[in-house]
Amino acid sequence: MRTFLAALAICFAGYATSASPTGPAVADHVIMGEGMPHNLSEYGFFRDSGGREASEGVKLYRLNSSLFTDYADKFRYIYIPSGKKMIADEAGLVTFPVGSAIIKSFGYEIDGKDRLLETRILLHRTDGWLALPYVWNADQTEATLKVAGKRIPVTFTDPSGEERSISYAVPNKNQCKECHALSGEVTPIGPKLRNLSRDSLAMLTSDAVLELKSGQHHPMPDYADDAVPLEGRARAYLDINCAHCHNRKGSASNSGLYLTYEEDQQVHLGIGKRPTAAGRGSGGRQFAIDPGRPEESYMIYRMASTDPGIAMPEVGRSLAHDEGVALLSEWIEGMGE
Amino acid sequence: MFRTAITVAALCLAPTVYAKTITVDAGEGAQERLQEALILAEPGDIVMLGAGRFDLTDGLSLDVDDVTVKGAGMDASVLSFAGQLGAGEGLLVTSDNVTLRDFAIEDSKGDGIKSKGADQIIYHALRIEWTGGPKATNGAYGIYPVDSKNVLVQDSMVRGASDAGIYVGQSDNIIVRRNTVTENVAGIEIENSYNAEVTENLATKNTGGILIFDLPNLPQMGGHSVLVARNAVIGNNTDNFAPEGNIVAEVPAGTGVMVMANLDVHVVENALINNSTAAVFVVAYTQKFDDPNYDPTARNVLITKNIYSGFGFAPDIPGGPMLAQAFGGNLPAVVYDGLGKGFVLADDIPALDLGLTQVGQSVTEAKPKLYDRPAALPVQALKPITLPAEMEARLK
Repeated sequence: MRTFLAALAICFAGYATSASPTGPAVADHVIMGEGMPHNLSEYGFFRDSGGREASEGVKLYRLNSSLFTDYADKFRYIYIPSGKKMIADEAGLVTFPVGSAIIKSFGYEIDGKDRLLETRILLHRTDGWLALPYVWNADQTEATLKVAGKRIPVTFTDPSGEERSISYAVPNKNQCKECHALSGEVTPIGPKLRNLSRDSLAMLTSDAVLELKSGQHHPMPDYADDAVPLEGRARAYLDINCAHCHNRKGSASNSGLYLTYEEDQQVHLGIGKRPTAAGRGSGGRQFAIDPGRPEESYMIYRMASTDPGIAMPEVGRSLAHDEGVALLSEWIEGMGE
Repeated sequence: MFRTAITVAALCLAPTVYAKTITVDAGEGAQERLQEALILAEPGDIVMLGAGRFDLTDGLSLDVDDVTVKGAGMDASVLSFAGQLGAGEGLLVTSDNVTLRDFAIEDSKGDGIKSKGADQIIYHALRIEWTGGPKATNGAYGIYPVDSKNVLVQDSMVRGASDAGIYVGQSDNIIVRRNTVTENVAGIEIENSYNAEVTENLATKNTGGILIFDLPNLPQMGGHSVLVARNAVIGNNTDNFAPEGNIVAEVPAGTGVMVMANLDVHVVENALINNSTAAVFVVAYTQKFDDPNYDPTARNVLITKNIYSGFGFAPDIPGGPMLAQAFGGNLPAVVYDGLGKGFVLADDIPALDLGLTQVGQSVTEAKPKLYDRPAALPVQALKPITLPAEMEARLK
């Protein structure tokens, strides 16, 4: 009897939301439930089947600097359950309430049409965060769970106008965690206070889903912004592209190379640091950063490579990020002066 | 009391009751099927690899505790990474109590199998091979546990690693036994690790057979308490093919055992045969470093009860041939830099003392002489390494 009533309640709830002008709501019970839902639509993050129009409570946000992923267009959203808030502490670290979700869609403009390839989600359940990859179908009407990841051949035009053909890699569930792990636990990376664009910060606070504790908030610069001093741009680039693994609690902690924005020890930042377990990633070079000599710095060598035994980051790109390589080369070049 | 006993019994039985075997066959779609099995496995499960060749395009990974990945034998179940497009290794393990056994990894672009922060890991009867033989373009490490407590690597075979065949880094409580390592730069390397036994291995045709190293600027330093015993270290004379910049690129071809910057290392009852530079090197880390917590010297190194035959006949060190001539045609079996305290050579063979007085001094400033052995001090044996009983039981 009780089950019947509950089922009835759900039916009514469904009726109520579908009848409301704001469209269907996010399915909190799916976020908080057990297991791994097969279809992205089950969460209700989007009003449309194409994953473009965010549902009520799903907030589109932007970062100051973003991770290079083969020039893909990225759309980021945060969902905070109704009546709850994320809280940013004095250090700018954001704590999300249980029931939150972070959603990130990846796509390209292909043959003049915007197409989504995949949507990665992070769910904050009572036992911690869960990272799952969903891959969009050819009709762009649904994305389905691919725990083992997938390779998708893609041809697109990069920002410089060059046509590129790649085997785009959707990460598998474990690879999601490789980048999102702190001391072995899945953790969000992007939405730290200092990474959020000014507009996003204003939107999230005025919508009352983000509460700021007192304290100074120093945004990390946009590495693509020429007006910012080179040092700041280079350090922002390293932080957003490398430091998710290269930090003291991350997947690459054993390397001794720590590339967070705060790192203040030169050798841990790579200056005069010899390879630890780089293998052929060293490319015959002695130091991660050889001040004044980018061509002799294996950090640059690894960034510029697309060979899986050499390339850094290890996951998430099949192309070299020419603009990133140029930026860090200029920074290292300048250290020699 | 009785109830507790029942609860305990239930707990012990639980993994057996729910454990299942997930079989993955070779063939079409192996990448997705195998990776999916590794992700969906639950604690206690066995992921069983069929016989045959699995052609893989991306690195695999396992992040579930208490899982066994078992093949039909190191020559029967072959995971080939010849067509690998992404990831830094063939297989990455990041969970605890994992057993990997009876399969092969071939031609991975980076490392063969890496396990990080994976406690109580067992590598058993695996073959990791770069099938083209020794090449600088091969991956760095074959078997690569790092940042882990309780590590067992046994009965495995590694060939062709451009760094170390078996590399244990920044770990604690380690046994590496009965493996065959051949045509790697380093056969076996224990680096920045505590409490290790390297026993009954065959290291042959590498550049260096067995290396016990410690490096600066790493989260775990101060490597100590390593027993290298009853190994056959034979003809490790392959030209060094490691990419420059890596520490093993500095190892001379023809090195049997090398101890660098460690504390309490015992080299005991090994057969050290036909290693053309030296049977044993005992040296400090010589490169510049900036780390107040790092001791670059090799301290309390004991060499005893080894068998020697053929050494120093083609020394691959600066001024080597000249030195050899000065010593009557062969470099002595053991080369010691003169820096590390507590060096004890109990074997009745000649040793070369480089007579260095400072760490980092150029070898051109060495004052090489025959080692003048002081009266041997009594040396306390190392504490035997014991792994959790559960680990040994898992292999039964």
